[in-house]
Amino acid sequence: MLPQHLRTLAHVGGDVELDVEDPITQRSVLDALEARYPMLRGTIRDHVTQERRPFLRFFACEEDLSHEPADAPLPKAVASGAEPLVILGAIAGG
Amino acid sequence: MSKVRVLVGTRKGAFILESDGKREKWEVSGPHFAGWEMYHLKGSPVDPNRIYASQTSGWFGQIIQRSDDGGKTWHQPGTPPGEPVTTPDGMPKGESNKFVYDVSAETGKPLTTHQFYDGTQHPWEFKRVWHLEPSLTDPDTVYAGVEDAAIFRSTDGGQNWKELSGLRGHGTGPKWQPGAGGMCLHSIILDPSSRTPETQRIWIAISAAGAFRTDDGGKTWKPINRGLYSQYIPNPTAEVGHCVHHIAMNPKRPGVLFMQKHWHVMRSDDAGDNWTKVSGNLPTDFGFVIDVHAHEPETVYVVPIKSDGEHYVHEGKLRVYRSRTGGNEWEALTKGLPQSNCYVDVLRDAMAVDTLDKCGIYFGTTGGQVYASADAGDRWAPIVRDLPAVLSVEVQTLG
Repeated sequence: MLPQHLRTLAHVGGDVELDVEDPITQRSVLDALEARYPMLRGTIRDHVTQERRPFLRFFACEEDLSHEPADAPLPKAVASGAEPLVILGAIAGG
Repeated sequence: MSKVRVLVGTRKGAFILESDGKREKWEVSGPHFAGWEMYHLKGSPVDPNRIYASQTSGWFGQIIQRSDDGGKTWHQPGTPPGEPVTTPDGMPKGESNKFVYDVSAETGKPLTTHQFYDGTQHPWEFKRVWHLEPSLTDPDTVYAGVEDAAIFRSTDGGQNWKELSGLRGHGTGPKWQPGAGGMCLHSIILDPSSRTPETQRIWIAISAAGAFRTDDGGKTWKPINRGLYSQYIPNPTAEVGHCVHHIAMNPKRPGVLFMQKHWHVMRSDDAGDNWTKVSGNLPTDFGFVIDVHAHEPETVYVVPIKSDGEHYVHEGKLRVYRSRTGGNEWEALTKGLPQSNCYVDVLRDAMAVDTLDKCGIYFGTTGGQVYASADAGDRWAPIVRDLPAVLSVEVQTLG
């Protein structure tokens, strides 16, 4: 699930569904997302460091995964497609 | 029939305002890139349908957009060489938001650090593109002035960006410091009399480092701040550290430059080697914008702002000041502008001039108005008055 500005940038209307091979992690999901929507490169992760941009957060299954390691497995419900990985702008700056 | 196209960047999108040469009736399109901060848009003087735009966000970073049809449609130009321009799903590709600072070729470490607000040394961190300056001769070449201060160049229409690192690397970097708006490189002026890319003369300005010039296409740079006086730095006449807000030049007279510094309006008649204060009778000489009449190189425009602590026009009156004598003697231009209860600011890249006869002057305010004068400033009228806060205004004279 992408924030509205990134949906506009990527020309997608709603949630994005991705086929991702195991292991399903933040890194593998974002790699797949950027492969399908290259215009998103640099908008979620820094181009060079591949670190999450500081004002973005990752939520899933009512948990904040923003500070989990990029290679840690995502919850099974996200891997199965039952629950979304939510990428959203932190509420900072008004 | 001549036309003008005014490119307006705002805090929440871009707008394009078009009129015929009379400049009385306007068509407005936008918002383009709704909700994004549009720091600057500028058209190529070689191909006016080619427009570059800086789209930016504190959340999502930097995007470069390009139009090849005068602003009707836009795309992110970056596609890695040899790859198709769309994904298998038909999505346009784009990596033109990639601005990476050079590192030292010898050590692989960052070129330099700069002074932070508290005086300690701080690494360079890319934040956004403040200004895009298309080449005077090649529509695919464009320069970008960025925060933290550096200059980048693309020679492939905005796809790939390479730093001209001689600017940051020439030695004074550790003395640069951020101004209140960040440490931004906001002004880029290309000398039309330079004959080759290798001898291209370029002037740039940084808040708060000062003005700099290259005489060899961006390979080497030197500070050009002699004559500036800034009370807010330990040595008021230091080589660098001055908060230059904007510089302007009439392209017909390369080397004669005008500067709006934090405080003080300045001019140089020797390409920036020496500066002289020309604030004269201005009610306050704090301000951001400065521009020069397209046909009269000694006619200069500023919008005085009350003070560095009060970023709005003086006495609640929106007044453009014009000097026809290259500075020192200024007249207030007020016809058509609000003269009471007005507390807007006019930011550094938010004034432009067209090349029609009579010269048109345009500026945008933080209150969302864009004003135009079709007679060199004698009379003004708003083109639009309720946009988001205006960050930049550029104009293209077409046909």
